[in-house]
Amino acid sequence: MTRILVIAEHDGQHIQQSTARCLNCAVQIEAAGADVVVFAAADSSAAAEAAKLSGVKRVLLVAQKDKIAALAAVLAPQIVALAAGYDCILAPSTTFGRDLLPRVAALLGCAQISDIMAVIGPRSFKRPIYAGNAIVTVEVPEGQQIIGTVRSASFKPVENGAEAPVEAISVSAELPAHTRFIELQSGSSDRPDLQSAKIVLSGGRGVGSAENFKQLYALADRMGAAVGASRAAVDAGFVPNEMQVGQTGKIIAPDFYLAFGISGAIQHLTGIKDAGTIVAINKDAEAPIFEIADIGLVGDLFTAIEEISKQLG
Amino acid sequence: MHKIIVCLKRVVDYNVRIRVKPDGSGVITEGLKMSINPFDEIALEEALRIREKGGAAEIIAVSIGPDDCQQQLRTALAMGADRAILVQTSTELEPLGAARTLLKIVEREQPDLVLLGKQAIDDDCSQTGQMLAALWGRPQATFASKVEIKDQAARVTREVDAGLEVIEVDLPAVITTDLRLNEPRYVKLPDIMKAKKKPIETLALESLGADTTIKLRTLHHETPAPRGKGIVVKDVAQLITALRERGLSA
Repeated sequence: MTRILVIAEHDGQHIQQSTARCLNCAVQIEAAGADVVVFAAADSSAAAEAAKLSGVKRVLLVAQKDKIAALAAVLAPQIVALAAGYDCILAPSTTFGRDLLPRVAALLGCAQISDIMAVIGPRSFKRPIYAGNAIVTVEVPEGQQIIGTVRSASFKPVENGAEAPVEAISVSAELPAHTRFIELQSGSSDRPDLQSAKIVLSGGRGVGSAENFKQLYALADRMGAAVGASRAAVDAGFVPNEMQVGQTGKIIAPDFYLAFGISGAIQHLTGIKDAGTIVAINKDAEAPIFEIADIGLVGDLFTAIEEISKQLG
Repeated sequence: MHKIIVCLKRVVDYNVRIRVKPDGSGVITEGLKMSINPFDEIALEEALRIREKGGAAEIIAVSIGPDDCQQQLRTALAMGADRAILVQTSTELEPLGAARTLLKIVEREQPDLVLLGKQAIDDDCSQTGQMLAALWGRPQATFASKVEIKDQAARVTREVDAGLEVIEVDLPAVITTDLRLNEPRYVKLPDIMKAKKKPIETLALESLGADTTIKLRTLHHETPAPRGKGIVVKDVAQLITALRERGLSA
């Protein structure tokens, strides 16, 4: 049996969906499930939420003094202290896991598999390289710990299941003071989270301004959708960076992805390849986005937004 | 600050569309245009800007790979690096092996700061910087979109999924760079000429004594399955019908 430890990602109070997706990968490696470790304040509800996820054998809660930050330099030695009991350590391939897990792997003297997109066998996995233009299958030889980040867009989140026990534990590790959290600047939004939304509306340079993006927000609110953007729209200052979809932004897999005024640079397409249905609305019929779109509409995006809004009634 | 190391990887140019070998043994790289990994170029640009603000005396460009990497190191010298080190090897290292090799250089040079890209655009691993920081026992600030050096610390703005995270790290530290940090300068002809006089030191990988054993077994490469051919609709009414057929309930 493969003993797996999943490192939970949370925002202080709530477990992120990336953790549930990571667990789906874990149960494909080992049907008996995995332990989940939550580094959070003792009064956080994150541990209780993690305990409800299907595939969780038990939740280890390691209480942290600092409730805001998830600093890799602080978490890595604590994970290393737990690592001896496990054959496999997984974390989501979000900026959280991508920052943290290589630090853990290096301290353990292990190689890491980044962005696991499929489980082929208990020790072999597929991952994308060259911005997803090639897929490589790699195997971790017997006798080595499997250390991997899990590409969220490739795994559906596990459902809630029977409640697993939560054990508060303490680990003995020396924590550095050389790294300090200052602040998180985040555009607060009531809209669904980009990485877990079923419908995503996304705008590109063609939207033209921050002001014009409001039309997209209004339509998104009617549809219960999240709003994303291309790198061009972020670079132009129309929207904040956390809305960026693509190779260097978020890689997402909503059921429906509607791209308004996005030309479709390869780096953007990398971020949406796993979407269920891709819709492209662009006045340039030659835009590369049409090559991967399931439904294309050549025309003015603002007219389209207005019409969609009207016709959805 | 007296010294910055910038790590550069030679990769297939980002404009080139790669192809998988028919036998699945790898990716065809022969004869393709090669460049400095774009994220590493941003790291070098940031080092130059730190120096221009009076923050660093010497910038050392380091690469690991075959002799051909000298081309990329020459470009780095033309951009403004003072000297370069090439760790020669014909084997492609895993990120852990690369980090252990870089650690040997770091121990020798004792830099205040190591800058490198947040990932290489060939293997897309995004591991080397974090691994180097771990082995060195120093702070890491990954995915940087703003770097401010003050005294013996760096205040770094990081592009994270939730927005922009600001952290402060004591120096020496490892910073990995994201796209929005800066736009690298173009190299001018006189600088290319000047760069020819700057030194590139070559070291055999074996001479450093780092453990670079390959740990993972690569079994197979393949081309991703293409998405099915899409349809073009004439108007929004048809679009909505098509979306409803596919299960949109909004």
